[in-house]
Amino acid sequence: MFWQRKGGGWNPYFAGALTGLLALGSAVATTKVMGKTAYLGASTTFVRAAGLVERQFLPERVEKNAYFQKEKVKVDWQFMLVCGIFVGALIGALTGRDFDLEGVPPLWRERFGPRVWKRAVGGFAGGVVAMFGARLADGCPSGHGLSGAMQLSVSGLVAMVCFFAGGVFVAKYLDRVRR
Amino acid sequence: MNELVLGLVTGCLFGFLLQKGGVLRFDRQVGALLFRDMTIIKFMFSAILVGSVGLQLLSEAGLIALSHKPMNAGGVVVGGLLFGVGWAFAGFCPGTAVGALAEGRWHALFVIVGMLVGAALFAEAYPFLKETVLAWKDFGRIALPQTLGVSPWHCIAVLWGFAAVCFVWCEFKGV
Repeated sequence: MFWQRKGGGWNPYFAGALTGLLALGSAVATTKVMGKTAYLGASTTFVRAAGLVERQFLPERVEKNAYFQKEKVKVDWQFMLVCGIFVGALIGALTGRDFDLEGVPPLWRERFGPRVWKRAVGGFAGGVVAMFGARLADGCPSGHGLSGAMQLSVSGLVAMVCFFAGGVFVAKYLDRVRR
Repeated sequence: MNELVLGLVTGCLFGFLLQKGGVLRFDRQVGALLFRDMTIIKFMFSAILVGSVGLQLLSEAGLIALSHKPMNAGGVVVGGLLFGVGWAFAGFCPGTAVGALAEGRWHALFVIVGMLVGAALFAEAYPFLKETVLAWKDFGRIALPQTLGVSPWHCIAVLWGFAAVCFVWCEFKGV
């Protein structure tokens, strides 16, 4: 059928269009339930989660930090949204027989070999830099890319161009290293 | 239904669609940056096209309020480029890292831990950044139509046209 993709899963145009409809439904539902429209996003939750973890060890530091005060360290709508992503993806993977234990992705293996520790270092460092950048930009591909671009926000459109520009540059470099 | 339940339900649907769309893979994300597998672009643009028309109609009907993030030049450009650099190594953005872990791609855990550390580091650096990079120039919460002085529908038409060209290119190249 038209929504299926060769080799499993759904046609990305179809799944994407449904995600657009979900964004609309979510905008209306959050306005009704919370009295204020909330848009799909993910990266602020990492700030709150980091604050929740850090609070176990350095409670005063978290309390005094201006950024944690600004973003408020608590479990909110978006925090549950990110938890939901895990549950939904798990359901999708199990029902589609798509669950795949992967320690080193194929493309990474081709470039850096099969060692897990190398992928761990690369993934960790990439995660640190990506999240630092996302917080500086005040959004990630969900908040800026999907929600911002959909609203025709200047920040969302510019951010998306920058995300790709930075990524393409590094990906090209890594590709050269391999050859 | 309270806001936490709503968030969880919305997230489940979002995660399910991300999984079905096949975007929770390192190879697909980095593949797009190499212009070899444009799955995530097709997924993202399709969502944006549908969403842009819908949000415009809903906001004109007064059912929702648009909420633009501030166009802070230093923050968005420097932060955006930094994000891109990290993304190419991580292979996941924050939302897809969580989804990828659920799909069994356990190396996403390293990325998630890195992201939590990155968030904590940003919180430490925030007072400094606020006085420097974030203080360069803030254009405020601006939208493209108002900035250009045109109708939102004109912008949406251009967006659809641009996406159509991208889609045709992707299918023509078979990526």
